[in-house]
Amino acid sequence: MKNLKIIVLFFTATLFLTSCSRNDNGGDPINEEELITTLRVTLVTNQGPNVVIEYRDLDGDGPNAPIITSSSDLLANASYNASMVVLNETESPVDDITLEIKDEDIAHQFFYQVGGGLNITNITYLDLDENGNPLGLEFSLQTGAPSIGNFTITLRHDLDKFAEGVSEGNITNAGGDTDISVTFPLVIQ
Amino acid sequence: MRLFILFLFFTSYIYPQVCSETLEGSIEDFHDGSKLIGATIIVVGVEKITQTDLNGNFRLENICPGTYTLQVSHPECSTKIVQITVPNNGKLTIKLEHHLEELDQVTVKGSAGIDHVTTQLENKISSDQLESLSYANLGDALKLLSGVSSLNTGSTVVKPVIQGLHSSRVVIMNNGVRMQDQEWGAEHAPNVDVNSAGSISVIKGASALQYGGDAVGGIVLLEPERIIKNDSLFGKTILTAGTNGRGGTLTSSLTKTYENGWYANTQGTFKRFGDFEAPNYVLSNTAMVEKGASLRFGVNKFTYGFEGYYSFFQNELGILRASHIGGADDQFRAINSNRPLVINDFTYTIDNPKQEVTHHLAKVKVFRRLTNFGKLETQYDFQFNNRLEFDIRRGGRGDKAAVDLELSSHSLTADLSYDAHPKLKGNAGILLRYQNNYANPDTGVRRLIPDYDKLDAAIYVLGKYRLDDFWTLEGGFRYDFNHIDANKFYRKSLWESREYNLEFPEIVVEDFGNQILTNPIFNYHNFSGTAGFRYSFLKNYDLLVNYSLATRAPNPSELFSEGLHQSASRIEIGDIRFTQEIANKFSVALEKKEANFSFTINPYLNSIQNFILLEPVAIEQTIRGNFQVWEFRQTNATLFGIDIDGYVKLDRNFSVNTKFSFVKGNDKKTDEALIQMPPANLATYFHYKNKKWKNLKLSLESNYVFRQNEYPETNFEIFLPSTNTFALVDLSTPPDAYHLLHFNADADFKVFDNSVLNLGLTIHNIFDTEYRDYLNRLRYYADDLGRNIIVRLKINY
Repeated sequence: MKNLKIIVLFFTATLFLTSCSRNDNGGDPINEEELITTLRVTLVTNQGPNVVIEYRDLDGDGPNAPIITSSSDLLANASYNASMVVLNETESPVDDITLEIKDEDIAHQFFYQVGGGLNITNITYLDLDENGNPLGLEFSLQTGAPSIGNFTITLRHDLDKFAEGVSEGNITNAGGDTDISVTFPLVIQ
Repeated sequence: MRLFILFLFFTSYIYPQVCSETLEGSIEDFHDGSKLIGATIIVVGVEKITQTDLNGNFRLENICPGTYTLQVSHPECSTKIVQITVPNNGKLTIKLEHHLEELDQVTVKGSAGIDHVTTQLENKISSDQLESLSYANLGDALKLLSGVSSLNTGSTVVKPVIQGLHSSRVVIMNNGVRMQDQEWGAEHAPNVDVNSAGSISVIKGASALQYGGDAVGGIVLLEPERIIKNDSLFGKTILTAGTNGRGGTLTSSLTKTYENGWYANTQGTFKRFGDFEAPNYVLSNTAMVEKGASLRFGVNKFTYGFEGYYSFFQNELGILRASHIGGADDQFRAINSNRPLVINDFTYTIDNPKQEVTHHLAKVKVFRRLTNFGKLETQYDFQFNNRLEFDIRRGGRGDKAAVDLELSSHSLTADLSYDAHPKLKGNAGILLRYQNNYANPDTGVRRLIPDYDKLDAAIYVLGKYRLDDFWTLEGGFRYDFNHIDANKFYRKSLWESREYNLEFPEIVVEDFGNQILTNPIFNYHNFSGTAGFRYSFLKNYDLLVNYSLATRAPNPSELFSEGLHQSASRIEIGDIRFTQEIANKFSVALEKKEANFSFTINPYLNSIQNFILLEPVAIEQTIRGNFQVWEFRQTNATLFGIDIDGYVKLDRNFSVNTKFSFVKGNDKKTDEALIQMPPANLATYFHYKNKKWKNLKLSLESNYVFRQNEYPETNFEIFLPSTNTFALVDLSTPPDAYHLLHFNADADFKVFDNSVLNLGLTIHNIFDTEYRDYLNRLRYYADDLGRNIIVRLKINY
C-alpha cells in the first residue's frame, strides 16, 4: 500500500510539473507565406497613357472581397505590351512572388482568356522558360473596336507544358493546379 | 482455447465454526440450458476443486458457513465468477456462456459482461477476426459490426461512424486510455494499430460513463489479450500480402507469463503499401507506411497488481493527388471528369499531399482489491500526438509541413468498484486531465488549431442491480468540467465580419495590424447520465432498454477553425459562441441467443440539442478562384435508425449470418436531412466450417450498400473563366448503390509439436466492381478500391 501511495504521488507530481506550456505569451502571428494578395498588370502602348489593372485581396481567404481596379480604359485599335507583378503584401517587406515564378519557370505558365464582347486579339507570350516554352509574365495584345467584356488571367503550376495547344496559350489540356484565377472587367474605347 | 483465470476475488472467512455444510448445484449452457459435463468449480481461497458429473451436477462437502467466490470454467465456455453464501438454500444453477468463437461471427456479449454495460448493446470483434484483418485499419475492422460505418478520406484515412456519428462523438479507449489524438478532424484517422488489440468492442451509446460523458455516438474499446496466470512463453506472427497496393503487413507478438502473476508482452507491426488501385486506374499517391509497437508488463496478484504499458504508432499516408484542388475551377474540372485528373504509374513513393502522424501512449496502472468490497484502481497516462500535414506548395516549401500540431495529454484516473454484493455492483471514479496543444509556427501557414491549454475534471458513479433472474437495472451519473484557455490569432476582417469585435472585445490581447491576438477562455459544465434495464425472459431472450444523456463540449476545431483547409479545398469557419451538444438517446434491443439461432434487433432514437455540423454556406472569391465556405452551425437534430443482426446455424458445417443497418438524420430547424448520414447497408455472410479437416473455414460475404436518398442539397454555381460561363458544381448528389462480394478461406496445419500454422486467403471485391461511397470524401475524384487478393500466414508458437 505504501508503494501505491508513492506511485500515485509521483505521477501526480509529474502531472503538475509538466503543466508548463510553451505558448504562454501566445506566440507570434503567422503571415501566410504562400499567400498571393496582388496581381498588377501594367499595359504599355506608344499610342497613349499606360494602363495599370490590379487585383488586390489583403485578407487572402478571409471574408473581405478583393478590390479590382483599373487606372483607365484601354484605347481602341492599339497594341499593348503587358508585364505582370505578383506580390504578397501581408509580408513586411513585401514579398515579390514574381521572382519565385521566374525561378520555377518550367513549372508555371500564365493563360489569358477574353470573354463577353471584348475585342482583344493577338495575345502573344513575350517570355520563355528554360525549355523554350512560354511563361507569360510578359505578353502583348491588340485591342480592336470599343467594347466591354472580361479578361481572365490564370496561373497554373505543375502543369503539362508540352500538352497539345498549351504553348499556344490554350488552357484546355494544361492540367496542374491553379495559383491565380482572376477576371478583370475591361472597357475598350 | 485456453482457460484463463479471470479475476480472483479476495474472500474472507469469519470465525472458526463447524465446517460441515454442503454445496450442491449444476452447471448449464447459457444458450440452450443443456447440462455441462466436466466443468471445473474452484472455491477461491479455500482451494476446493470439483468437476461436474455426467448430469452436469456437482457437490462440495465440508464447507464452513460464509461468503465464497466460485470460479466456474469449462473448455467450451467463458470462465465465470460467482459469489455465493453458505449455507445455500437448495441447488445452485450456474449458467455459462459459450465462447464467442462458437457463435462464429460477431456476437453480443451476454449478461456475464461484468466490466462494461448491461443495458446497452456491446458488439465485439474477436481476436480471430482481428487476426484476419491484420492488414486493415481500425475503421475498416469495425465495419464488421452492424451500425458501424466509416467516414473515409481515400482508403487509408478511415474514421469509425457509430449509428451515424463520428469524430469527437466517438470515444476510443485503447487499453484503458482514452485516445487524445486530434480526433476532431474528418480526415484524422484513429492512431491505433489493430494488431495491438486482443479484442475490440463497440458500445453504441454513452452508457459506459466511466469512459466519458461525451460519447454522443458511442465508444470503441480496444482491449489487450487476457493474461494467463501460469508459466508459459508464447507468441504469434502474422504475415499478409495483398495485390492491391502490392504490399503487406508483418506483425508479431510475444508473451511471457509466470505462475506468480508476473507477465510481459511485446508486439510490433510494420505495414507498407504502394499506390492502391481502382478497377481501371492507379490511385496515385495513396501509398502508406505504418509502424506500431507496444510493450506491456506487470504483475497480477491476488490482491494487488500493476501494469505498465507503452505504445508507439506512426504512419505516413499519401492523399490522392487528384484530390488536391486549387479553386472552384479546378474542382469543377475534377468532379466532372470520370477519371482522376492525375494518374501516374504505380509507385511506393509518397509525395505531397500527405500526412505524417506519430502517437506515443504510456500508462501506469495500479490496483488493489479491497476485502469484502471490490477494487481500487489508479491510472496515470501520458499521450503525445504529433500531426504533420504536407501540401503541394510553391517555392520549394513542399518539405515544410503546412500543419504541425503537437498535442500532449496527461490524465490521472481513480476508479473504485464495488462487487461484494451478489446482486449489486457499482463503480465510482474521478478523472483529472491536462492537455496542451502547440501549433508550430514554422509552417508558414496560419495555425489551423490554436495553441491552447485544457483542463478536464470529472466524477462519476454508476451501478447495476440484479433484482432476480429476469430483471437487471442499471444507472449512472457523470459530471465533467472542461476549461479551455486558448491563444488564437484572428484575421481582423473575420473578427469583424462575425461581429466578435462587438461581443468579445475583452478577449483581445494585441493588435498586429491585419491580425489580432485573442485569449478566449471557456468553461463548460457537462452532465451526463444513463438509466436502463435488462429483462431476460422465455428461453434465451433478453430485452435491453436504455436511456442515456450525453453532453459534449465543442472541440477546438468547431470553435476556432477559420481559413482555407487545404486538404479539403474549402474554407472552414468555426464559432466561439457554440455551446455544448446535449444528446438524449433511447435504445431498445431485443436479443435471442441460442447456439443454432440468434438475432438482435436494435432500434434507437438520438435527439441532439445544439448538434454541431459543418456544411457549405457560400462561395468566397480568392485570388486562386472561388472556394466554398463551410461553416460550423448548431442546430437541433434527430437521428433514428435500426440495426439488425441474425445468425442461423444450418447444420454442423454451414451457417449464415446477416446484418442490416439503417439510420435517418433530420435537422429539426431546417426540416432537411442531415449531411453525411451513412446509407442503409445489408451484409450477409455464408460460412462453411469443417473442424475435422484442418479446421477449414470458408466464407462468402455479400455487401449491399444502398444509395443515400436523403441529403441536403448543397450544390453551388461558379463562374468558369476558361469558358466565360457559369456552371453547377454538384457536391451533394450521392453515388449509386453498389454490391460487393468478398471471399475468405483459412485452414490450420500442425507444423511442429507446439505450433499451428494458419493459412488464409481473402479476395476483396471479387468482381473488381467500380463503385464510389457516399461517405468517402474523395468520391468526387476517383473510384474506390478494386479487387484485392490477400494471402495470410499465421503461426502460433
